Amino acid sequence: MEKELRLMKGNEAFAEAVIRAGADGYFGYPITPQSEVMEYLMAQKPEEQTGMIVLQAESEVASINMLYGGAGCGKRVLTSSSSPGISLMQEGLSYLAGAELPCLIMNAARGGPGLGTIQPGQADYFQSVKGGGHGDYRIIVIAPASVQEMYDSAKIGFDLAFKYRTPVLVLTDGATGQMMEKVYIGEQHPRLTEEEIKEKYPWATTGKSGGRERNIITSLDLDPYRHERHNIKLQEKYKTIEENEVVFEEINIEDADYAIVAYGTTSRICQKTMQLAREKGIKLGIFRLISLWPFPKKEIRELSKKVKGILCVEMSAGQMIEDVRLNSVDGAHIQHYGRMGGVIPSPTEIFDFFEKNYIKD
Amino acid sequence: MTEEIIIAGFGGQGVLSMGKILAYSGIMQDQEVSWMPSYGPEMRGGTANVTVILSDERISSPILTHYDTAIILNQQSMDKFESSVKPGGILLYDPNGISHHPERTDINIYQVEANAEAAKLGLMKIFNMIVLGGYMKVKPVVKLENVIKGLKKSLPERYHHMIPDNERAITTGMGIVKQIREV
Amino acid sequence: MDGTITKEAIFKPENIVYKKTSLMTDNILSYCPGCGHGTAHRLIMEVIDEMGLESETIGIAPVGCSVLAYEFMNVDMQQAAHGRAPAHATAIKRLMPHKTVFAYQGDGDLAAIGTAETIHACNRGENFTTFFINNGIYGMTGGQMAPTTLPGMKSSTSPYGRDLKSMGHPIKMTELVAQLPGTYYVTRQAVHTPAAVRKAKKAIRKAIEIQQMNVGLSFVEIVSNCNSGWKMAPVQSNHWMEENMFPFYPLGDIKVDGKLIEKK
Repeated sequence: MEKELRLMKGNEAFAEAVIRAGADGYFGYPITPQSEVMEYLMAQKPEEQTGMIVLQAESEVASINMLYGGAGCGKRVLTSSSSPGISLMQEGLSYLAGAELPCLIMNAARGGPGLGTIQPGQADYFQSVKGGGHGDYRIIVIAPASVQEMYDSAKIGFDLAFKYRTPVLVLTDGATGQMMEKVYIGEQHPRLTEEEIKEKYPWATTGKSGGRERNIITSLDLDPYRHERHNIKLQEKYKTIEENEVVFEEINIEDADYAIVAYGTTSRICQKTMQLAREKGIKLGIFRLISLWPFPKKEIRELSKKVKGILCVEMSAGQMIEDVRLNSVDGAHIQHYGRMGGVIPSPTEIFDFFEKNYIKD
Repeated sequence: MTEEIIIAGFGGQGVLSMGKILAYSGIMQDQEVSWMPSYGPEMRGGTANVTVILSDERISSPILTHYDTAIILNQQSMDKFESSVKPGGILLYDPNGISHHPERTDINIYQVEANAEAAKLGLMKIFNMIVLGGYMKVKPVVKLENVIKGLKKSLPERYHHMIPDNERAITTGMGIVKQIREV
Repeated sequence: MDGTITKEAIFKPENIVYKKTSLMTDNILSYCPGCGHGTAHRLIMEVIDEMGLESETIGIAPVGCSVLAYEFMNVDMQQAAHGRAPAHATAIKRLMPHKTVFAYQGDGDLAAIGTAETIHACNRGENFTTFFINNGIYGMTGGQMAPTTLPGMKSSTSPYGRDLKSMGHPIKMTELVAQLPGTYYVTRQAVHTPAAVRKAKKAIRKAIEIQQMNVGLSFVEIVSNCNSGWKMAPVQSNHWMEENMFPFYPLGDIKVDGKLIEKK
């Protein structure tokens, strides 16, 4: 079957994709620059197509807890927001991680801190990959860099969420969310029936039919030793994820003398920087993170051995660079270039910085 | 082939939709496309601009500082983007409301009096299509048949009766565009 | 025969006059002796049992004394973050409209931190049932002032009594939500005497029946004691409740069939 080709915004592609991925419910609260997600879903009326529910909640706090309720029932549920709203959701995310519930969250990040700006930002890296809320937990974080990847992240995200019973965050920003590109629309995956949910997810609170014991979804355990065992189990799960779910893309790394490490929007901008360098005969490659957590520890270590220098480009004061440094060999030349507050760095300014700091004349 | 375009003007002039039609046309001729708007407070009544890239290869950065072509529809955008045209590139503008005309000598400069023409024809709604026609004449990157195909694909069925008017506007633009400076 | 009944005889089915519903687990209640929570749990589970809804019910436990409600209620349960039970219940009911869904919440949970979720779920007319246990105090954390603590009432954070000027007024959530078009049945009950228990059970049944009708949210407040938090003996706390809580939180239906009850 030939796939349908459309021109869509990243936000809209993501919204279409969640319907196609067989999502059961979206619960959200408007915030720029991602309101198109809920607007698109409301306009599409997926309830009439697939039975998917779309609800505008009273707050981000309510939204994330609606996800807990729905995920606890084994449903494919999601929300989307932007930085300040995602901060409000951290409590709920900690509960979801603690109760081992699968769900999908999209953050079209903007410049912070505080209300910040509505322009793109990548300063939510720490919050996304280090846990974000209270307690020892991680969530899977994937960073699309094109509209097609925004689309693909819905199905990939849901599949990972249910495979590991964990929240999955799609970390993007207003630029990728507002940008239009070509996108191939995939097939409609059916929503699971209640019987299928009961069979696939026997832990779900679907009503204790069939003579089974009651199911309890909770993150609470007042017995510290039992709760420690639960924590150990979580850590083992995170280790498995780290071993199996690292995703990245190498662009012209094979012959590279230097590498830029970046993700999302900046990884696209840096591809132009790379062209500028290569036009001048400088062998610059790009290591693009796709999974931010799990982080490609081994690969970054190998990269740091191979190249003469690594430039980390982020729309932040330098957050991802900490993980790059942590995993690189001692003495590797690693520097940060970034813009903050919603300013998007241009390909040329990145090249100028790179040339000045890495290429000795 | 890669064509990097900025279209800039007031919100309400159809800047974003003109970019969208270009992007759709690119898809119709099997190209890679990207459409990156300025968004936010600027959208609400102030200036609006959109970067459109059409390419036969994978598109790298959707955000640029220098363009092959700048299509300028107000003075603020002229002030902002005249210097961003690559040497040897194209600056196409509607002189309506422009008090400070472009001065660069290393680029090709064209005028399309789209605003005046649209008023004359009573087709203010598709003023942007006259501009598009001008662009298509001076830089034939997209073919008319693909623009029409793109319009059919992007417009809801209920607006399809307007396609002939759009086509007429494009042809008009092609006819009235004139070169001011050549490098 | 000397007239004494043996233990074995009591256990014979023909001699049983009352049996704990199987929808209450055998776990020992974590509530203080004399607390109304246990009775409220039992009544809800009896109604679910009697209506044959065991396999179709999902309950939400709050944060507070009843955080462990899932240890005692033998149906599928979720435990919510503080105040967020209405958000859970909203999603569950919307995603599985044929299920019976209830949120069980205390006054701190429902009337302080969860006020927004409560009001908006009520206002949207979500088709679930809220059970609101109001004992005018934060029991779990050790007797701090609650949004429902009475004027002048002492607590660990209002040791000289609730001063209305500096600490604000107690909030009547039940009257408040009754004003919203999304609520269909709103009532205030108690569980401190056999008569009150019978009335409360009827109200609980009515609330669950209304949920089956899909006409809006049903909301049952149960004014209860907190003998530990109030620092009283259980019987004394019940008297204090009658004398002080009931005048401020009068018992009875507030909204029936979607219409507010006229005050006499």
